[in-house]
Amino acid sequence: MSEEVGKLPRLGEKAPEFEAVTTQGTLRLSDFKGGWLVLFSHPADFTPVCTTEFIAFSEIFDELKKRNTQLLGLSVDSVSSHIAWIRNIQEKMGVKVPFPIIADLDKKVGTLYGMIHSGESKTEAVRCVFVIDPEGVVRAMIYYPLTTGRNMSEILRLLDALQTADKNKVATPANWKPGEPVIVPTPKTQEEAEERLKQGYDCKDWYFCKKKL
Amino acid sequence: MPCVTGDGKPTTSAKKLLESLKDKSLSPEDLATVVDQPLFRVRSSLRELVAAGWIRESEGRYELTEQGTREALDIEK
Repeated sequence: MSEEVGKLPRLGEKAPEFEAVTTQGTLRLSDFKGGWLVLFSHPADFTPVCTTEFIAFSEIFDELKKRNTQLLGLSVDSVSSHIAWIRNIQEKMGVKVPFPIIADLDKKVGTLYGMIHSGESKTEAVRCVFVIDPEGVVRAMIYYPLTTGRNMSEILRLLDALQTADKNKVATPANWKPGEPVIVPTPKTQEEAEERLKQGYDCKDWYFCKKKL
Repeated sequence: MPCVTGDGKPTTSAKKLLESLKDKSLSPEDLATVVDQPLFRVRSSLRELVAAGWIRESEGRYELTEQGTREALDIEK
């Protein structure tokens, strides 16, 4: 593992704590405890793909709020650059960016979260997304290259899937969307396996059953 | 500090927090509801208001100091 990437966060573990200067004051990760957080990085302010992503993240902000979820952005640019850029987005594109953006000039947070990948860029963060739950645990991670903007529908779908799994103690199948059948957790014992096919689920076999919520 | 203007006065959002604490002590969660700000911003702002000497924390609840009371009432120092 290269020095720039360092220790990566792991799914199911506490997200690394940090305190960082942002466009909405100095924030700590623990300030977000009690709700979900989508922490994401972008390579640089005043660049086109990043601008489309900021517009797209702003457009799903209200949907995230309905899901008890906040957004927190990050790049290695300064607070002044962030402020100038979001003012530019508002002036030129008509979109107000409502979420805070970390100014990670010393790459402290970027290093903690494995955001700098030297094969892509030695100085800028790649496009990362960390979904962190109300207990501060990393539940999902996405890493995208500099060339490719992220998909907001997938981020919302991912969040819905995680929250549905937590609330109902189920799993979600490939391409799942809210409202579709979910996966019943696999039996853990032989006895449960024998009982499973009699429980009224939609089963292909004892280990593969779905149900509607 | 985002809660303090260049001339040492509370910002608009900070003033809202101070006014909400007039004659009462509240938790960050209660304050977030009262001032209609996200909880993360309230927690961050409370740290800064404590550092500015305008509020104090006790057992997870916050109340105005004498200095904070003056700011909340907009009395000249």
